Amino acid sequence: MKYLTDIGGYAIMVIDLFKKPTKWRIMKNLILKEIDELIFGSLGIIVFISFFIGAVVSIQTAMNLTSDLIPKNLIGFATRQSIILEFAPTFCSVIMAGKVGSFITSSIGTMRVTEQIDALEVMGVNALNYLVFPKIVAMMLYPFIISVAMYVGIFGGWFAGVFGGFITSADFVEGVTMDFIPFHVTYSFIKTFVFAFLLATIPSYHGFYMKGGALEVGKASTTSFVWTSVVIIITNYVLTQLLLT
Amino acid sequence: MIEVENIHKSFDDAHILKGITTTFDTGKTNLIIGQSGSGKTVFLKCLLGLFEPTEGKICYDGQNFSELSSQEQRALKEDMGMVFQGSALFDGLTVAGNVMFPLEMFTKLSKSEMEDRVNIVLNRVNLVDAHHKYPSEISGGMQKRVAIARAIVMNPQYLFCDEPNSGLDPRTAIVIDNLIKEITEEYNITTVINTHDMNSVMEIGEKILFLKDGLKEWEGTKHEIFKTDNEAVTNFVYSSELFKKVRQMYIEERN
Repeated sequence: MKYLTDIGGYAIMVIDLFKKPTKWRIMKNLILKEIDELIFGSLGIIVFISFFIGAVVSIQTAMNLTSDLIPKNLIGFATRQSIILEFAPTFCSVIMAGKVGSFITSSIGTMRVTEQIDALEVMGVNALNYLVFPKIVAMMLYPFIISVAMYVGIFGGWFAGVFGGFITSADFVEGVTMDFIPFHVTYSFIKTFVFAFLLATIPSYHGFYMKGGALEVGKASTTSFVWTSVVIIITNYVLTQLLLT
Repeated sequence: MIEVENIHKSFDDAHILKGITTTFDTGKTNLIIGQSGSGKTVFLKCLLGLFEPTEGKICYDGQNFSELSSQEQRALKEDMGMVFQGSALFDGLTVAGNVMFPLEMFTKLSKSEMEDRVNIVLNRVNLVDAHHKYPSEISGGMQKRVAIARAIVMNPQYLFCDEPNSGLDPRTAIVIDNLIKEITEEYNITTVINTHDMNSVMEIGEKILFLKDGLKEWEGTKHEIFKTDNEAVTNFVYSSELFKKVRQMYIEERN
């Protein structure tokens, strides 16, 4: 029953956050601030993780190619496919649920605990529009992070493959360009846009409607991470079924 | 003037407010007192429009809040200022930014006009020097004064304060009390203060409403509270030895 209440509450929140829009003059600054915090603030961790994930995928593929009949360029091909289809959009989104999601829940939750949200509502400001809408707009730049993650991930694969002595640079590049299907990138970016919306709204819901004190802010952050990850994983399955089959 | 008529408020099975009827006068500091759990905060949140009463009506200068359109309710809310218990200042904004916030949201004033208005109210609460500081860099008393400045910057008709003295030393508490009283008289606004502080009751309580278990137990002035025989009021107000002595002295002086 509680889950149904939460799903209904989330749907109402999504509708309400578009009502009574904040003045553009103020909203513009809020959006720029959120882009700085949510997008540019996440680039470092995403670059770091993508590089090593790409490297590990490359090494593991190489280690599994025991037959001489299988061409070495498969390492580049497998790295590209893994990174573009799953690791960049989905794996990075789960990491972002921890990094960005916890930040959103705890910052909005703290505003709830310290009555800052009540202060906005007393003034007649639509607190949802003021706090959540700029985060959604900022997260629409999330595909930019994922593009960087794809590039760095494949570069990591090349680096580990070539400098680990598993493959030549030419073979790797040949594998990366082999049988390239542009729709896979489109599919990946469609997923990324959906995940961006989930990453902005689910943690906001948990922060905005939390009750209690500092301890509950911590609990809300954990719950938000769990639910954002769960919804991302399920949505990933649904979108893959819809778009790739 | 705020007229409250038979206000009830329930949350699920919990009946918090059980029919309160009263009037808060313009140009006066109206105090709501009562023990923890008596329904003071819920009552104040009903007055602010944060909670919708289950039953009854609240009229602001003749306008019944629940009968207003959402646009009219929003316009009325712009006429309300609120000082929260914990100040509720926006952490990411400076003192000036916090005070300017309602002006930026609801007026079409130019930047320089807004800055002038902010300077006037910050000057009024003696905080011009803290202009560029962030809430975390100033004391609790200063935060309360910033909250008051933010509440009055839009020239509100109604000022609500939720325990404005909590967490402050007695001297700063008196400064805050006097500031609220002066502002109330200067701007001729209707001020409603939710408090536990008996010093505030004695200093600025022009009208006092005592709540008990969600009901109006007693109402009167700070002079009348010395003479009342209501047991619940005397047990609450004169629970400390100091106030018992003050009351004794008052009665002896009168006799």
